[in-house]
Amino acid sequence: MKNAQMNGAEILLKALTDQGVEVVFGYPGGAVLPIYDALFQQKAIRHILVRQEGGAVHAAEGYARSTGKVGVVLVTSGPGATNAVTGLTDALMDSIPVICLTGQVPTHLIGNDAFQEADTTGITRPCTKHNYLVKDVNDLSRVVHEAFYVATTGRPGPVVIDLPKDVLQNKGIYKGAAASEEHRSYRPQVRAEADAIDQAVELIANAKRPIFYTGGGVINSGNVASKLLTEFVKLTGYPITNTLMGLGAYPGSDPQFIGMLGMHGTYEANLAMYNCDVMINVGARFDDRVTGKIAEFSPKSKKIHIDIDPSSINKNVLVDLPLVGDVATVLRQIMKRWKDGGHKTDKKALAAWWKQIALWRARDCLSYEQSKKIIKPQYALQRLQELTKHRDTYITTEVGQHQMWAAQFLKFESPRHWMTSGGLGTMGYGLPAAIGAQVAHPKALVIDVAGEASIMMNIQELSTARQYRLPVKVFILNNQYMGMVRQWQELLHGSRYSESYMESLPDFVKLAESFGGVGLRATKPEELDGVIEQMLATDNFVIADIMVDQTENVFPMIPSGAAHYDMLLGPADKAARPVSEEGMVLV
Amino acid sequence: MADPKKLPSVIEKHTIAVLVANEAGVLARVIGLFSGRGYNIESLTVAEVDAEKAQSRITIVTSGTTQIIEQIKAQLRRLVPVFKVSDLTIDGPAVEREMALIKVVSTGDKRVESLRIADIFRAGVVDSTNKSFVFEITGATEKINAFIKLMEPLGLKDVSRTGVVAIARGEKPL
Ligand SMILES: Cc1cc2nc3c(=O)[nH]c(=O)nc-3n(C[C@H](O)[C@H](O)[C@H](O)COP(=O)(O)OP(=O)(O)OC[C@H]3O[C@@H](n4cnc5c(N)ncnc54)[C@H](O)[C@@H]3O)c2cc1C
Ligand SMILES: Cc1ncc(C[n+]2csc(CCOP(=O)(O)OP(=O)(O)O)c2C)c(N)n1
Ligand SMILES: [Mg+2]
Repeated sequence: MKNAQMNGAEILLKALTDQGVEVVFGYPGGAVLPIYDALFQQKAIRHILVRQEGGAVHAAEGYARSTGKVGVVLVTSGPGATNAVTGLTDALMDSIPVICLTGQVPTHLIGNDAFQEADTTGITRPCTKHNYLVKDVNDLSRVVHEAFYVATTGRPGPVVIDLPKDVLQNKGIYKGAAASEEHRSYRPQVRAEADAIDQAVELIANAKRPIFYTGGGVINSGNVASKLLTEFVKLTGYPITNTLMGLGAYPGSDPQFIGMLGMHGTYEANLAMYNCDVMINVGARFDDRVTGKIAEFSPKSKKIHIDIDPSSINKNVLVDLPLVGDVATVLRQIMKRWKDGGHKTDKKALAAWWKQIALWRARDCLSYEQSKKIIKPQYALQRLQELTKHRDTYITTEVGQHQMWAAQFLKFESPRHWMTSGGLGTMGYGLPAAIGAQVAHPKALVIDVAGEASIMMNIQELSTARQYRLPVKVFILNNQYMGMVRQWQELLHGSRYSESYMESLPDFVKLAESFGGVGLRATKPEELDGVIEQMLATDNFVIADIMVDQTENVFPMIPSGAAHYDMLLGPADKAARPVSEEGMVLV
Repeated sequence: MADPKKLPSVIEKHTIAVLVANEAGVLARVIGLFSGRGYNIESLTVAEVDAEKAQSRITIVTSGTTQIIEQIKAQLRRLVPVFKVSDLTIDGPAVEREMALIKVVSTGDKRVESLRIADIFRAGVVDSTNKSFVFEITGATEKINAFIKLMEPLGLKDVSRTGVVAIARGEKPL
């Protein structure tokens, strides 16, 4: 192909190919027809046709999170773009690199309320890391390359490129990505300052009651960051807790891992956070689900915070020692300093600290009352864990109680195998995300741990799974309630279950069959293993409808606005502690 | 970075200079950031300052606790088309100026008095009719506030202000 003879759509695809893009999740429409025409005439890029644009963005998120590559989305103007907004916001909150290509009316019609016109750059400005409106075909390749750079570097995030139809049709010149060229204004900092590293090493070495509090930033930084983190945590012998977004950054079955922290975190993790004297935050952002009541958040500790985004520092919690930089780079700096300086930990203090932690652990905070008659949701997940642990398994979730139980009861041994909507909490995320992960890992086992309410939000994507023969497994913990809503109504609103019962649910078995998949159901504990085994043996997509206890609640729970030591550990706890007035206004 | 732990939690006014790429949507990004995150804007001015490099300079007067001000600066620096952010209130002495055009409509003693006060404030007359003056006044915000206050009983009819522009004293550029 001669350079000058390419039209915008062809230039776009060439730029994507040069960026290593293999898959695009999309949905066509008038404004992007030139791109679809160009896609039709090439083989390098595979297009996955979703059933709603929202599904495309979540699929791209699942693809990105499970591979470390960029997830690419292609949607048409107007409603195509507006349907993508939830997914973009989700990717922004969870720092997922996504490029979303949106069609736009031709440049001369912009602003005229033309057919399917929406102010896409205006609408997506607050829900993207950056966005572009390309007005000249000769800017197109540069913008695409820049967009990939912005989406993947620093704190990753979604980037929108809005493409007027005339720009796609006009002929122009393609320019390759200039690898060495620095961006004129955007320059993320990856290395931390040397004297801050020295101070950090001193603090870490002299700690008596240390804890690593690590998060999604470790995953964002790449698999090598997880490796370095694991090495350093092992080297120190210190306890480590993970956020919801960080699960898998450190092996979940290692004895130094004391579980997730936060609202539904473990007793030992939250009490260790409260009582520690040195906190080493690695790529976590002091989210309110984690801190609980800020005024009582880890009051006795010196806090070290490694984060690539300076705006994460001192945003919610004031820290003593910020280290702005990339997790892998900064951990390398720290470990070098540690080894060069021959640093040693305080073994005696550490032994006492572990003894204390062991006492907290002995509370066995995740225990629940087993039943012979009814499937407990926790038990269903324990069985799922047991029967899949030898497999290369990727887990996605929807949002609700099932999501929290999945975080508590499944074990994540390596990064990029756990995908959940943490920051935005988007119901409907899990199925399309599983589709994206399965596209990236066709041979792997991909399971969406779902709730019966959430799954209805993007159920249409089963059709996508069918079309591309993606054998995703939807494991529904069916409590016939918006369980998380019901739990809050029980605890905070006098058990007035306003609109949280799921009426008129479909028959999920028949529903799976009607989409061309396999439906299974378990209603009694003794049916569970059989259903899971059958699900795992099926080379097609499956919905496993697991009928679970309708009234089960997620424990431990730190009620909104409460401190880490103020955990509800089980049903008996709840009546004893009314939620504060300040707590009632929090979400 | 200032250490927010050591600084008081009182609300302070800060003047922040932001050097940005002069491209479509950049002002919307800055303003959207302030409204979306609930920060105050007391005044905001913007104009291109380097046509060749296509750079504009935005001066924002805002207020907040030390933690909020630090957060505002970090958020501004996060925007892709932002080159530089400087807190002129912290980074050393700065000159701050505002310009205003002020219309006063009156006759007789009031008209004479308005002219006399304008003279004291070194405000120039840039337009006049039998019944009206348009004064041009430059200075610190407080000076302009004071002038406007004095004009109120003398037939003040219309005010147009630029908002603050500011620059650090001394040799160093932004
Ligand atoms: C129903 C529900 C309940 C929840 N309950 C809990 C709970 O109990 N516990 C819990 O932990 N969460 C919970 N969450 C999730 C919570 O809302 C947040 O999404 C989560 O705590 C944030 O995780 P994180 O701090 O790891 O940050 P992320 O959102 O993953 O952010 C990553 C941080 O790392 C930084 N970063 C990114 N890349 C790099 C890099 N390369 N190098 C260095 N830094 C980098 C970013 O700037 C950012 O500050 C819940 C969510 C839902 C929907
Ligand atoms: C799009 C969206 N709407 C509303 C909510 C609020 N919400 C959080 S959890 C939840 C209920 C989820 O029910 P289900 O999927 O059955 O999961 P369960 O809690 O029962 O496990 C709701 C409505 C949300 N998170 N996302
Ligand atoms: Mg439910």
